[in-house]
Amino acid sequence: MPTSADSAHGFFDLNLSKRSRIAVFIAAMLLVPTFLLPLWAMTLYSNQFPDGLHLDIFTYKLAGAKTPARDDLREINTLNHYIGMRPLLESDFGEFVWMPLVIGFFLVFALRTVVFGKMSNLIDNAVLFLYFGLFSLWSFHNRLYAYGHNLDPTAPVKVPPFTPTLFGSKQLANFTVYSLPGPASYFMIGFFVLLVVAILLTRRPNRAAS
Amino acid sequence: MGSRRNFSRFALGAGIALLIAGSAYSGCARRPKVQRGDTAQAAIATYVAPGDTDEFYLFYSGGQSGNIFVAGIPSMRHIATIPVYTPYPGTGYGFDKETKAMLGGYSWGDVHHPALSQTNGDYDARWLFANDNANNRMARIDLRDFKTKEIYGPLPNVSGNHGSTFVTPNTEYILAATRFSVPLPKGSYAPLEQYATTYKGVVSGVAVDPKTGHMNMAWQVLMPPFNFDLGSGGKGASDGWAFWSCYNSERATGKLEVTSTQKDRDYIAAVNWKAAEQAIKNGKFKTIGGTKVIDPKDTPGVVFLMPCSKSPHGVDVSPDGKYIVGSGKLQSITTVFNMGKVQDAIQNKKFTGDEDGIPVLNYDAIKDAEVNVGLGPLHTQFDDKGYAYTSLFVESAIAKWKMGTWEVVDKIPVAYNIGHLCVPGSDTMHPVGKYVLALNKLSHGRHISVGPSQPESSQLIDITGDKMKLLYDAFTEPEPHYAQIIRTDRIKPIEVYTKDDNKDPNAIWDVKDAGVTRNGKNVIVKIAAVRSNFTPASFEVNQGDHVTVYLTNIEQTTDELHGFGLMEYNLNVVVDPGETKTIEFTADKPGVFAYYCTNFCSALHQEMQGYMLVKPSAGAKTALLKMPSPAGAAR
Ligand SMILES: [Cu+2]
Repeated sequence: MPTSADSAHGFFDLNLSKRSRIAVFIAAMLLVPTFLLPLWAMTLYSNQFPDGLHLDIFTYKLAGAKTPARDDLREINTLNHYIGMRPLLESDFGEFVWMPLVIGFFLVFALRTVVFGKMSNLIDNAVLFLYFGLFSLWSFHNRLYAYGHNLDPTAPVKVPPFTPTLFGSKQLANFTVYSLPGPASYFMIGFFVLLVVAILLTRRPNRAAS
Repeated sequence: MGSRRNFSRFALGAGIALLIAGSAYSGCARRPKVQRGDTAQAAIATYVAPGDTDEFYLFYSGGQSGNIFVAGIPSMRHIATIPVYTPYPGTGYGFDKETKAMLGGYSWGDVHHPALSQTNGDYDARWLFANDNANNRMARIDLRDFKTKEIYGPLPNVSGNHGSTFVTPNTEYILAATRFSVPLPKGSYAPLEQYATTYKGVVSGVAVDPKTGHMNMAWQVLMPPFNFDLGSGGKGASDGWAFWSCYNSERATGKLEVTSTQKDRDYIAAVNWKAAEQAIKNGKFKTIGGTKVIDPKDTPGVVFLMPCSKSPHGVDVSPDGKYIVGSGKLQSITTVFNMGKVQDAIQNKKFTGDEDGIPVLNYDAIKDAEVNVGLGPLHTQFDDKGYAYTSLFVESAIAKWKMGTWEVVDKIPVAYNIGHLCVPGSDTMHPVGKYVLALNKLSHGRHISVGPSQPESSQLIDITGDKMKLLYDAFTEPEPHYAQIIRTDRIKPIEVYTKDDNKDPNAIWDVKDAGVTRNGKNVIVKIAAVRSNFTPASFEVNQGDHVTVYLTNIEQTTDELHGFGLMEYNLNVVVDPGETKTIEFTADKPGVFAYYCTNFCSALHQEMQGYMLVKPSAGAKTALLKMPSPAGAAR
C-alpha cells in the first residue's frame, strides 16, 4: 500500500502528457508579448485634461503618452514637483533591469519543461512564477510608496504622505487617477493559469490508470 | 343721441389717425422684417456648441493694424491674432532679436490681401502670404505654427504694394505692384509736373522657393504711372498669366478724386509671366534698383492692356480660368472678359492703340458680357455651381449672377458699404459654395456703441440655396480687407515645439544648463522657464553691460506658455512650449529690476519671478541724478 509520501513522490516524477506539454508550450508563447506590451497603465483625468494624462509601465521602461501637443511623462513630473514628488525617472527603477531577465528565464524554463516533460519542472516553474509575480507587485507597491512618502518638505503644496494607487481609482487633488494592470500582466496571469492547467491535464489520466 | 353720434364719429376719426400713424411708423422702420423661423435657422447654422470647433478657418487681413486675424466659420469667433508688421506684446512679437530683425525698424504695415499658397490651383495649407501696402513688403506665415517667418522688402521699385499677395497656381510667384508711382529707382527725385513721363509703376512676380518658402524678386515689368490696384493669378485656361486692375490711366496728379476719373475706361494689365521668365532668361532686361526690370517697349509680348470700365477696383479670375471679371467702381456694370478672346486678340493684333508701347486690346473683341450688377461694383467671387457674387459698395449689397447667362438672380443688402467679399476657395480651381463673407466698411448701429471709433463688420451669408441668407454679424478691429477661407481639416498645426523643432543652438532643456556666463562686457544669461519658476531666479550685471538672454520654455505641454516681462526695460517676450527666444539689451539703468512671467501659466504664476541686479558703474551717481523725477513723468 503506497504511503502518501510515495504517492507525492510518484506525482513529481510523472511524465507530462502530450496535452500538458502543449499547454506549457502555449504558456511559454504567452510570455513573448510581455516584452512588448505595458504591464501597468495609469491615467490621470482632470478638467484640464479630459482625455487624461497617460503613463504606461513596461517590464523594462516607463512610457508616457506622447502626442504632438503633449509629453505626458514630462507633464506628470512637472505637476508632481508642486507636491515635492521626485520626478519619475527610468533609471530609478531597478525592476526595469531584472524583470525582463526573470521573464526570459521563465520562458526558457517553460520550454525546457516542454522538452524534458517532467512534472517536477512544471511545478517548480509554476510556484517560482507565483513568487515572482507576488514579489513584483510588492516591489512596485514599495516603489509607489517611496514616491508618495519621500516628498520634499519644501514643496509649495503640502500634502500628507500617500501611496499612489496600484488598483482602481483614487482622487488626488484635482486629478482622478486610474491605475490598472496592462495587457502584459494578463499574459503573465495566462501563463500561470496554463501551467496549472498543464498540471491538471497530466494528473487526471494517470490517476485513472492507477 | 346727437352727442353719442358725435362721440362715435370722434372715435372713428381717432382710429383712422392711429392707423395712419401706425403705417407711417412701420414705413420708417427700415430694417427688413425677419421671421422668427429665419432667426432660429440662422442661429442653428452659426452655433458652435461649447467644446465643438469650427468648420472653416477664416484668415482676414488686419489692414493698418498690420496683423492677420484668425476666426472660425460659421461661429465667426475671433480666435487668434497673428502679428505680422506690428510689434505685438501679447505674444512678445517684435521684442525678441529674431522678430525685431524681421520688422527691420518699421512699426506698422498695411495688410490688405492675404493669400494661401497653392499647388495645382488649390490651397496646399503650407503658407499664408500677406502684403504691406504701406512699406512695400510681403510676409510669409507658416501654417505649421501660425507664425510670421519672413518679411521680404521693401521691394525694389514697388511703391504702394496694393496689388499683392495673390499667387499663381503652383505658388511659382506672388504678385506685387505699384499703386503710387514714383521716379525710379526709389530715392530718385523728379518734380510732380513730370509725373506722366518720368514717374513709373511696376508689376512684378516674387518667386517662392517651393521647399523653404523663401521669397525673392524674380521679374518686374516697367509700366506707365497708372495706379495698379488689385491682382489675380491666371489658372486653367489663363495659366501663365497675371492680371492687375488699374485706375488713373489719365496719369494725373493732384486730387485724383477728380483728375483720375475723366476717362470712361481704365485698364486691366495682363502679363504673360512665362514670357517674362523667358525675357529674363534671354537677358532682355534693365537693372533698376538692383532688380531685373523688363521694359515692354523693348520686349513686346509680355504685357497687354485690357480696357475696363472706369476706375476698376477688383479683378478676379473664374475657377476654370476662362473668365476675367473686372468692375468699374463708378459704373453699375461688371465686365466679363473671355481669356480665349484675349488670346485671339493678341494673336490677331486686335489693338486700338498703345500706352508707352504697351498694346491696348480692342474692348469689344475681348469681352463676353457686361453684367448689370448694381451700383459701385468692386470685387467678384465664385462658387462651385456656376454663380458669381459681386460686392456693391455704393448700393451696400451683394449681387448673385449666373455665369454664361450673365443674369442677376438674387441680391442681398449688407450693413454697410461692402468692400471685399470672400467665398471659401474662390481664388482656387475648386471653390466651396457654402458661404460668402461680406467684409463691410461701416457698421454703425449694428452693435453696442463704442463711441466715435467704430469697428468694421463682417457678415456671414449662406449661399447654399437660391436666395442668399444673412446668418451672422461679426465685428473686428481695423481693418479687414480681403480674406482667405479654408476647411479646418486641411491645416494640421503643431502645438508644442519638440527638441527636433527647436533649432536654436542656445536652447536648453534642463534647468541644470541654465546660468550666466560673462565675456568682458557681454553677459549671456540662459534662462529656463517651467511651471512655476525661472532658472536662474536672479542674475547680476554691471551697468553698461550688453546682456543677451536666451529664454527657453522647457515645457512640452500644449497651451503652457510663459512670458518674460522685464520692468522698466520695455521688454516682454512670450515663449511657447519648447520655444527659445533671444532678448538683447544694454543694462544702462542701474538698480534692481524684477522680471516676471507675463503669460498666466499656473496656480503659482504670481510667484514666477526673478531679479536682474544692475550694479551702478563709477559714474552711477550722475546717472541716477539724470533720471527723470516721477513728478516730471506724470502728466
Ligand atoms: Cu509662467
